[in-house]
Amino acid sequence: MIEQYIPVIAMIVTGILFGVVSVKAHEILGPQRPNKSKETPYESGMEPVASAHERFSVKFYLVAMLFILFDIEIVFMYPWAASFRELGGFALWAMLLFVVTLFVGYIYIVKKKALKWD
Amino acid sequence: MSLDLTFFIILAIMAAVSALMVILRKNPITSAMSLVLHFVSLAGLYLTLHAQFMAVIQMLVYAGAIMVLVVFVIMLLNLGREEKMAVRQSARAAIGIGASMVLGALLIWGLTQVMRPVAAGSSQAMVNGQIASVGKALFSTAYVFPFEMVSLVLLAAAVGAVVLTKRNLK
Amino acid sequence: MTQTDLLAGLAIEIVSIFALIIMLTDALVERSTRLCETLSIVGLLGGLAASAYAHLTMPGQTAFNGMIVVGGMSTLYDAIFCGAGIMTVLLAREYLTRVGGMFDEFYTLLMMSIAGMMLMGHSADSMPMFVGLEVMSICFYVMAGLMRNKLSSNEAALKYFLLGAFASGFLLYGIALVYGSVGSTAYSAIAAKALSTQFPTLFWVGIGMMIIGLGFKVAAFPFHQWAPDVYHGAPTVVTGFMSTAGKAAAFSGFVGFIAPTMASGVPGLEKAKVILALLAVGSMLVGNITALAQTNVKRMLAYSSVAHAGYLMIGLAAGNAAGWTGITYYLVAYLFMQIGAFAVVGILERENGGNLTVDDYRGLARRRPGLALVMSLFMFSLTGIPPFAGFFGKYYLFNAAIQADLTWLAIVGVVSSVISVWFYLGLVVIMYFREPLGEMEGGEASISSRTALALSIIGTLLIGLIPQAIINIAAR
Repeated sequence: MIEQYIPVIAMIVTGILFGVVSVKAHEILGPQRPNKSKETPYESGMEPVASAHERFSVKFYLVAMLFILFDIEIVFMYPWAASFRELGGFALWAMLLFVVTLFVGYIYIVKKKALKWD
Repeated sequence: MSLDLTFFIILAIMAAVSALMVILRKNPITSAMSLVLHFVSLAGLYLTLHAQFMAVIQMLVYAGAIMVLVVFVIMLLNLGREEKMAVRQSARAAIGIGASMVLGALLIWGLTQVMRPVAAGSSQAMVNGQIASVGKALFSTAYVFPFEMVSLVLLAAAVGAVVLTKRNLK
Repeated sequence: MTQTDLLAGLAIEIVSIFALIIMLTDALVERSTRLCETLSIVGLLGGLAASAYAHLTMPGQTAFNGMIVVGGMSTLYDAIFCGAGIMTVLLAREYLTRVGGMFDEFYTLLMMSIAGMMLMGHSADSMPMFVGLEVMSICFYVMAGLMRNKLSSNEAALKYFLLGAFASGFLLYGIALVYGSVGSTAYSAIAAKALSTQFPTLFWVGIGMMIIGLGFKVAAFPFHQWAPDVYHGAPTVVTGFMSTAGKAAAFSGFVGFIAPTMASGVPGLEKAKVILALLAVGSMLVGNITALAQTNVKRMLAYSSVAHAGYLMIGLAAGNAAGWTGITYYLVAYLFMQIGAFAVVGILERENGGNLTVDDYRGLARRRPGLALVMSLFMFSLTGIPPFAGFFGKYYLFNAAIQADLTWLAIVGVVSSVISVWFYLGLVVIMYFREPLGEMEGGEASISSRTALALSIIGTLLIGLIPQAIINIAAR
């Protein structure tokens, strides 16, 4: 029944409200006298020389991609971990095989220095 | 109006509006953020269907990890506003819109004929969505083989990411 | 799970385990290319042996609670995938080293994709079929982009990935809708329950989406538009592998899910047959007519592979036993002639993408008489001229159409074969009767490439001589 999720919903609503209220409150309550130097990214310090939208290196992408793969591995572990006692030995071996297979992938990634920042 | 229905209506409107925002916003980051909102609304909808596991996965993987990757790619390509890369293909766009309208109409027509075999809120529906039930199915004789093969999907993706993007690969 | 289950899936298990071993070898051993090559061939031969063993000891049985099926057509599919894999491995090192795409990961990806294809071929249920398709597709996306420093290869990988992911989405959505309407993902249960489903609209929308998804993977009209760019941009050995084994895998999935439904007599079948027939007609005509206009041999073969998907879809539209065996036979025949043709193209191709236009083939018979002869053989077979393998493939497919009262479809098939004479035999004429333009570099083949060529020649000739043997294996 949906009623049991009311605490979750209350938390989400509180979170949204907290964010919106704290951003908007300072806009409304605080004094605002904008000038040109105040609106630069760094109010005191370097003159900005280029756009803030720098192009990312593709190396970040590789790390992010590998992160997602192991994230998905955890997704498959989740239903097993939630009830591995009831699932018994067969599930343990199945999970072990799955993890070992992915461990081969881990060895590959490490040996190929895919996580090194060169 | 029951609580379930209220939630459904709110979440459905959120999902539809955020999905529209994804394709209508010009700034790719705004589109991506609308997509996050869409995923969150979908997760909520799964909850109203008592599919807790799906809802959790939706939040963990899609709204979390996959969106990180999407935003990454946007920053990687350094996309500006969308007009720059817009190509005029009005004929193709018309065909595309037409085809998706037909598909949408067919799906709505087909789905309205369906009566849920398992009634909402029944104890069977509650059990089906539980994480333990998913585990039981996944580690049954039937699904264990495809499950192990999924590890090859992940490995292939890992090898692919390394082969295609790693500099100085031996 | 029992020992029988494990034995039934042994072929897939062996290939998967070898994929892992090759991955480890690549990571841990220095200069591992030759070792990986040997391991791949050993693994694929092992897979073949396991498949033959299962075919002989447990024909027609299912395993893993009806998830996978053993023997019969699935044995032939295994033979196609492993055979294509062996020939590709034999051709790969020389070619990839020349064009700058030699990474040992190639062997890992190749073995993984074959494991995925075998899972598709053995599937009796949409779930393993989809998992197998994904394993195969992801490997293909990467293999298409192996030449990392070539823009055309990058383009091929990206296009294939974006459109392929979209098509996989269609397929999965279709599976979900079919599941929603009949309450099962098993092929036999889908067919059995389709008769009594209260949701026929949903069922047919689902089947339609599955046809779109798989139609994309086999490169059938109108979902073929990725094929020329991908086949052209990918490394030639990979193109040969994708266009034969990949197509065979997608067709194995197609036949698997559609054959029981076709036999069930669900209302609406006639319309589905008409749609499949129209897809077949579109693929044959569009593929062959656009191939006429190509000046690049790789692109020409790519467009003609769309036409071959069309011939194969005749078997689907016919929807009878003759159609299924016809498809399987044609896939075996197509394997040898198409991989052979791409092998010749690969041997002639230069590192900068040279020697790929039709003009480069002028007078090939005088400069590389052996290669020209072999290429002519494959061209004759691809056209469908007796007594080569391609002729019997078309014969069985057209025959199936006539049995299913689709004589008009067989006539369209014959007409489009006649169109294909123009460019297939046109190439032969150019090789034999045209003066060469300038000097020609390349065309030397290593021993392993020669072995692969020899295998495809033997296959093209032998399969044409003993068509009945193949049909018998499929029927078991």
